[in-house]
Amino acid sequence: MTSALRLRDVHKTFGKTPIIRGVSLEVARGERHAIIGPNGAGKSTLFNLISGRFRPTSGSISLEGREIAGAESFHINRLGLSRSFQVTNLFAQMSVFENLRCGVLWSLGHRYDFWRDVDRLHDANEIAAEVLKQIQLTSRRDALAGVLTYAEQRALEIGITIASGAKIILLDEPTAGMSRSETARAVELIRAVSKGRTLLMVEHDMGVVFDLADRVSVLVYGRILATDAPARIEENPEVQAAYLGAD
Amino acid sequence: MLELVTISLLNGLVYGLLLFMLSSGLTLIFSMMGVLNFAHASLFMLGAYFSYQLGRFIGFCPALVVAPLLCAGIGAAVERYGLRHVHRHGAVAELLFTFGLVYLFEELVIMLWGRNAVAYGVPPSIDFPLFSVFGGSFPAYKGLMMAISVTMFVSLWLALKRTRIGLVVQAALTHPQAVRALGHDVSAVFVLIFALGSGMAGLAGVIGGFALLTAPTMADAVGPIVFVVVVVGGLGSLGGAFMASMLIGVVQTFAVAIDASPLDMMSRLHLTVARGSLLYDFLAVKIAQAAPTLPYVLLVLMLIVRPRGFLGTRD
Amino acid sequence: MGRAISRRWPWLAAASALAVLPHLPGLSTNFGRSLLSQMGIAALFALSYNVLLGQTGLLSFGHAVYFGLGGYVAMHLLRAVDGGLPVPVPLVPLAGALGGLFFGVLFGSVTTRRAHTVFALISLGIGELVYAATLMLPSFFGGEEGITANRSRGPRLFGLTFAPQIEVYFVIAAWVLLSAALLHRFTRTPVGRMCNAVRDNPERAEFVGYNTQRIRFIAFCVAATFAGLAGGLHALNYEIVASEAVSPARSGNVILMAFCGGTGNFIGPVLGAAVITWLQVSLSDYTSAWLLYLGIFFLALVLFAPGGLSAIVLSQAALLRTRAAGALLKGYSMALLPVMAMAAGVAMLIEMPYRMSTQPELGTRMRLFGHHWDAATPWPWLLALALIGAGLWLLRRAWPVVVAARQLGARSRD
Repeated sequence: MTSALRLRDVHKTFGKTPIIRGVSLEVARGERHAIIGPNGAGKSTLFNLISGRFRPTSGSISLEGREIAGAESFHINRLGLSRSFQVTNLFAQMSVFENLRCGVLWSLGHRYDFWRDVDRLHDANEIAAEVLKQIQLTSRRDALAGVLTYAEQRALEIGITIASGAKIILLDEPTAGMSRSETARAVELIRAVSKGRTLLMVEHDMGVVFDLADRVSVLVYGRILATDAPARIEENPEVQAAYLGAD
Repeated sequence: MLELVTISLLNGLVYGLLLFMLSSGLTLIFSMMGVLNFAHASLFMLGAYFSYQLGRFIGFCPALVVAPLLCAGIGAAVERYGLRHVHRHGAVAELLFTFGLVYLFEELVIMLWGRNAVAYGVPPSIDFPLFSVFGGSFPAYKGLMMAISVTMFVSLWLALKRTRIGLVVQAALTHPQAVRALGHDVSAVFVLIFALGSGMAGLAGVIGGFALLTAPTMADAVGPIVFVVVVVGGLGSLGGAFMASMLIGVVQTFAVAIDASPLDMMSRLHLTVARGSLLYDFLAVKIAQAAPTLPYVLLVLMLIVRPRGFLGTRD
Repeated sequence: MGRAISRRWPWLAAASALAVLPHLPGLSTNFGRSLLSQMGIAALFALSYNVLLGQTGLLSFGHAVYFGLGGYVAMHLLRAVDGGLPVPVPLVPLAGALGGLFFGVLFGSVTTRRAHTVFALISLGIGELVYAATLMLPSFFGGEEGITANRSRGPRLFGLTFAPQIEVYFVIAAWVLLSAALLHRFTRTPVGRMCNAVRDNPERAEFVGYNTQRIRFIAFCVAATFAGLAGGLHALNYEIVASEAVSPARSGNVILMAFCGGTGNFIGPVLGAAVITWLQVSLSDYTSAWLLYLGIFFLALVLFAPGGLSAIVLSQAALLRTRAAGALLKGYSMALLPVMAMAAGVAMLIEMPYRMSTQPELGTRMRLFGHHWDAATPWPWLLALALIGAGLWLLRRAWPVVVAARQLGARSRD
């Protein structure tokens, strides 16, 4: 059975500094997989390798059996992988609705259409409205993305990430900087949008991890220490020593 | 032939060092602050004009010191009262601000000194042949230009490598965000760097004004070439700027000396092209005529072959 | 049907205005119609530039290349028409558009690989390269004098020869209106929207599946095509195209026009083109320092109102609809006199040195604001300084009124 995402012995060295030192990981279809680890372990770098921002020094990354290591970001996105960013990354001068609509255009085949009016593209508008409802921002439909609150921006980011119908979504610390109630809402949203999709996320909040993840991988100094169900990870003595510590 | 080569090589070195003086100041400012100062060549022009004007009152040697200081002061003012306010409007606004300054400085020069070139000649104290080579003489003022350039680089190198401020600047050349995050009094350092870069441009103007025509169009003549140097060398790289300056300096100087065209060379091989055709036009251009375009041709070639320049590491 | 009209009324209004303008008193002279033609060409050029800057975030310092090269191509076609080729003269600018597109594809494939600062520098380099080349390749560029043709020797169209300025004006107006409509439509297409996305956040644009370099390239080609069309209109209007059409000065000029008008909305560049063209034509009659005044104006906008004139107009119009309107108008009327005094003082301080530096043979007696002054005496200088000082002092008392009114207006809008 082809896994959704598979990394095999991936290395990444910046200059002389190895950041990722041989990571092998397999995420099954429909699985919700969390990556945890201390700061500086290389979690964001790993995401950047998978999504094509960086090229791995060696090793293979395959998406549904297709090799994507070193491919261009837009290429990887077109193959069905989408991601959110640690620092919110939106189209600040466009409205919320426009942001979502942009997320949809390519996947619906509108490509480099330079003649039709976007307002007349019913399929794009419908899907954008759907996603808008899902992320519960319908009241902010025409607000500029740059003026939204932090939590709203994060929700919008998740919205753009799923709008294209990507089968595999990467979420980089989706609940960072959120209050308890905002986190709870975000978790519900993530649970809802990841139905039928494969989810890989980086998280620091162990509560969120326990709530959402089917399996957890622990990344320490560029290596995967262990991969297991959340409860067993918590009990793993190596992990406790290296990371969870005084949790 | 050997005489031509040697003289051209020496002249090329002088020109290349001048270009490096300009491009290193620009690179410093860009690396530290992420702002490309379009008005950099204007400060070069102001240096020449200040030196001319001051030289008439206080003599050349004092002018050599005062003119760059004036330019440094202007640079500091531009950063403190202009760029700092524009910064929050984004990178495009910053570029456009320095772009607008080019117009301003050019018109101010016209307002004060007129539209024609001023007679900024080599002062008699250094107007003698330094040494003879193959029957031609190498003038002393060019030797002075080289000496000043080299002294400036050595001092800059020492300042960068041996002082604390130098360490901060070095770090900023490759990791500006980190330096800002570390909380160094960034605004004071910005003003200092801008002043320093502008002073370097002014100094280049003082000595470059001898070799080039001191006119309001000076900045337009030299400015774009400096930008080419910076892109070809790799944005943010001092070493790359050096390589590119030398390359362009030497190549352009040699090209100006070649008063033949590809067509002339082809006719030696008994090849001809139909007159009046576009191809004929291309081939009939004398290398000396095409010399001003060579930096830009190099730019385009570089972009196709190696977009990040000689030693560029950042976008 | 009613809805279709309501959506299109701005265009119908624009078309009517364009039809009426050359008949208005003051503009119905040859000079007036020539000015209108010049503004039209500038407006199209500025609109094409804004596809790059306002829409896609690409700051180009060499856009005149496509304007000029388009102009040269159109001029060569016009020469052929002059020599007997049966192409109707109003269609000649189309050759300019095709020329612009050709060179846009040629240079764009190389220049759009990089973004931001490097793109700006590359555009500058290519601009310099092409400008220098115009003097080196006489068979295409005609050397320093450029190439000329006669526009009135083409096949007659409804009895029109296109020799009179009014007929050329209508050709220009028609092309500009059509182009503006096409460009406006372009902003509403998927590619147009993705240009905005690439401008706002290129990384995110990649992660919705778009190749940002390809988007930039498309924007570049669209901009080059319409710039070439403007160049073709230029060729038709002046019946000569010379190297100044690809010069860095012309590239700088379009940046000035687009930015001063405002890059944030569609109409901004048109406004900027009209204002700057008018200033350049009228100011140069009164003073040789007009470029300095333009430069100061430009810098003031960058510093204090980077949204340009259109943004100022829109924001002030919005404020005037609130209950702060009265206070705002009061503040502005208080500030008007001091600002005029300061402007007069600054103008004196500029004009006098200018006259002495650039036209010393005319002596030091000069005419300013209807009065004769001798710049060699200290009195005009002292007067200028006094005007600036007094104006500044009065302004410091008037400006808080304006600020308070603005805050009141902003609050009452929320």
